Amino acid sequence: MEITSTWYLVLSALLFAVGATGLLVRRNPLVMFMCVELMLNAVNLTFVTFSRAMNDVKGEVVVFFVLVVAAAEVVIGLGIIVAIFRNRDGATADDLSLLRG
Amino acid sequence: MELFVFLVSGGICLGGALGAVGFRNPVHNALSLVATLFGIAVLFIAQEADFLAAVQVLVYAGAIVVLFLFVIMLLGVDKAESLEAEPIAGQSPLAGLVGVGIAGLGLLVLLAGGDGITGRVNSANNRTTDRAQVDQLADLLFTDYVFAFEITAALLTIAVVGAVMLTLRPPGDSDDMIDLEEPVTDFAPAGHVAESGDGDETEVEA
Repeated sequence: MEITSTWYLVLSALLFAVGATGLLVRRNPLVMFMCVELMLNAVNLTFVTFSRAMNDVKGEVVVFFVLVVAAAEVVIGLGIIVAIFRNRDGATADDLSLLRG
Repeated sequence: MELFVFLVSGGICLGGALGAVGFRNPVHNALSLVATLFGIAVLFIAQEADFLAAVQVLVYAGAIVVLFLFVIMLLGVDKAESLEAEPIAGQSPLAGLVGVGIAGLGLLVLLAGGDGITGRVNSANNRTTDRAQVDQLADLLFTDYVFAFEITAALLTIAVVGAVMLTLRPPGDSDDMIDLEEPVTDFAPAGHVAESGDGDETEVEA
């Protein structure tokens, strides 16, 4: 049985859906962040699959940039989470209403 | 062979993803995430994206997840979270519905939408297996995308500076930090210095 690109795309669609569901269900900011990473990885897999199917390296270049942006995003996001958790103990995403008018 | 690789690493990916979402302890979530990231790295290799697989392991499994674990340990939030508590009524069912919807629509397009990928296959033939993937990637990265590459460097620098700024405290605010100005005298284990009076500090330093 031959593996076509569709298999990879189906897998990444499932991964993306799992990540999106987790982002909506979980309330711990750290775990929500992990779910975002999961979704980013699903999209990366899609890019690599299309890159092979379309015989084009540009898809892999995009994955490279996504990796960099994900790294920067995690650094800043975790910095914000640390700054928030330092002031309030055991905060969940629902407690973070500091900006409410 | 590719079927076997795909099934095994795809299973690891999906299982890790479900674990990363479902486990209650954040440490277990992070470790499941590592499994998913490794599975995706294997799938990258299966699709001849060797360099990206290496970077995936180095950056994601090596740096990002370690950063996650570091923050989990630093904050001491490795307590189990109750998944039942719902601040918004019916949030979980709705979220599950959204997830099933995303997955279902994606699968519908993929499986019922005809024969796979449509579109124009690149005729310039610039993705070959004759040359190393790193070479082909670098050719594009340092020619067509060199400006984006430079901006990436700026982005990373700004991220580092921003992270430092976020964790800075205003001067004079030192609730749980070790004050470096203050001489630290209680590094010795408890009991060692317990009975010693004020003038008996030399025992500690010995």
